[in-house]
Amino acid sequence: MKTYTFTEKKDTRSGFGAGMAELGRTNPDVVALCADLVASLKLDAFIKENPERFIQCGIAEANMIGVAAGLTLSGLIPFATTFANFGSSRVYDQIRQAVAYSGKNVKICVSHAGLTLGEDGATHQILEDIGMMKSLPGMTVINPCDFNQTKAATIAIADYEGPVYLRFGRPVVPNFTPADQVFEIGKAVVLNEGPDVSIFATGHLVWQALEAGKLLAEQGIEAEIINIHTIKPLDKEAILQSVRKTGCAVTAEEHQMNGGLGDSVAQVLSLNYPAPLDMVAVNDSFGESGTPEQLMEKYGLTAASIVAKVLSVIQRKNK
Amino acid sequence: MKTDELKKVASQVRRDIVRMVHGVASGHPGGSLGCTDLLVSLYFQTMNLKTDDSDSVVFDMSGTGEDMFFLSNGHISPVLYSVLARRGYFPVSELATFRKLDSRLQGHPATAEHLPGIRIASGSLGQGLSAAAGAAYGKKIRKDNHRVYCLMGDGEQQEGQIWEAAAFIPHRKLDNLIAIIDFNGQQIDGPTDVVLNNRDLGAKYEAFGWKVLHMDGNDMDDVVTTLAKAHAAGGKGVPVCIIMKTEMGQGVDFMMHTHKWHGTAPNNEQLTAALAQLDETLGDY
Ligand SMILES: Cc1ncc(C[n+]2csc(CCOP(=O)(O)OP(=O)(O)O)c2C)c(N)n1
Ligand SMILES: [Mg+2]
Repeated sequence: MKTYTFTEKKDTRSGFGAGMAELGRTNPDVVALCADLVASLKLDAFIKENPERFIQCGIAEANMIGVAAGLTLSGLIPFATTFANFGSSRVYDQIRQAVAYSGKNVKICVSHAGLTLGEDGATHQILEDIGMMKSLPGMTVINPCDFNQTKAATIAIADYEGPVYLRFGRPVVPNFTPADQVFEIGKAVVLNEGPDVSIFATGHLVWQALEAGKLLAEQGIEAEIINIHTIKPLDKEAILQSVRKTGCAVTAEEHQMNGGLGDSVAQVLSLNYPAPLDMVAVNDSFGESGTPEQLMEKYGLTAASIVAKVLSVIQRKNK
Repeated sequence: MKTDELKKVASQVRRDIVRMVHGVASGHPGGSLGCTDLLVSLYFQTMNLKTDDSDSVVFDMSGTGEDMFFLSNGHISPVLYSVLARRGYFPVSELATFRKLDSRLQGHPATAEHLPGIRIASGSLGQGLSAAAGAAYGKKIRKDNHRVYCLMGDGEQQEGQIWEAAAFIPHRKLDNLIAIIDFNGQQIDGPTDVVLNNRDLGAKYEAFGWKVLHMDGNDMDDVVTTLAKAHAAGGKGVPVCIIMKTEMGQGVDFMMHTHKWHGTAPNNEQLTAALAQLDETLGDY
């Protein structure tokens, strides 16, 4: 098992803020919109340096999505930002008609996705957004794993023409991906090669997958660990190539099992190369208040859960 | 264009509308007929549109250097399609494909089929004013001194998003935006006052920070002069909202004074009766 180290734990939303600050300096067409959550989205630097390219929309997310769609006409690249719940389920029809169906170059960038939002509880803990967004034709869905990758993804989507849903979070997590790693939309990143099982993880669960890899190595199991930062378009080739070698897979994500990464991987495998598969995800339930660590533990989104599912799929494979 | 000529165009557009919905036995004639005079005035008189050397309109998605129109109440697509075709954005013969398989003239306006003249999809009500606000904001950022027009229904005013946009636009001083409400007093389930009373729309927009004008949307002279007034009122820090009184079904007697023709197509007899009331001024498609 390859060793991954980090010098700092940082929040992915700060990676977004850093990416926006850089875009503010390098791309004059980038405009930021926000719905009364500027500090949460770490937009302070962008706003300070580009006040004329920041549009405060107030607590009116539906209008914000429409305004963003309208702004694209003059070649501007709007980044519409809020919490993940309010940038997806709250405005699904607006995204569907004004952005996705209309093919508008809007970047919907949302923080506080998933359980790790913590104490605010289930009203704010969106666990269905990946499913909603990936169902929309033409929508790109990205869920980066750490500060560096979120920053890189933010910069990369500005250069991509088309609607994007970029999802990140609130808690500090190990910042382990190289700061200079270029972000390629739709290209999975192999973090560890191994013959025994494929672990496909996204977002905050990528670090948990690496922790699981260490625990598995102690038992003599070498896992192939792949970071699926882009859920749509999905890197089908990377998934199939890996599972053809390992013969079984586990997915891991901070999202409902229904509609999440696990669903997407299951579709690819069952259509092309059926193999034992299990999923680490929230199983048809809402979240609740608690610390991020407590919630991830309670809902089984941990390295230990990944290990348990890996042992079970390997057993199924060997039957 | 002189008012008499605009009226001639309007008569042909009304024929197109009735023939289009009859041709596919579906679609929304009522609101389309009521808003015909407005759209004819906008596209043939009021708006500054991009044209080539031979004075033909050219469609540019960006709308840079020209006025833009957004139809928020997308169900009245027949009037928009007819006016766009008659103005030269696409062949009038294409009106015959309205709502049919593989047509660019979708039931509700869409961009996916690349129909010239359409900049965003509408149909799910309540969204157009926000898109128009974004377009107007874009013009401000790009320092493009042209206007953005947005037409909405009066029933549509019941949507919450309208009021998000209604607050946003004056707050951001989008004085290059002119909103128009088709005040026909009707919606699908009956009179607007009965379904969900909008109360005093003009007072509401004024309270939100708009300059409010009123016009008779079925009096071409009033439409032309009020639109000119709205244009002139722009650039002073305040957006303009026009409450446009119309008659749903205007121009076809049996389609007026009822909400019955909101989304009903005429049968063969009704088509004949309707066309008998509308002069064929430019030649049917
Ligand atoms: C969000 C949404 N809800 C419901 C509908 C169905 N619908 C289409 S038109 C309409 C009535 C609209 O009334 P109004 O804006 O007054 O238009 P008019 O009937 O006068 O043309 C309704 C309810 C819709 N298209 N979008
Ligand atoms: Mg009405």
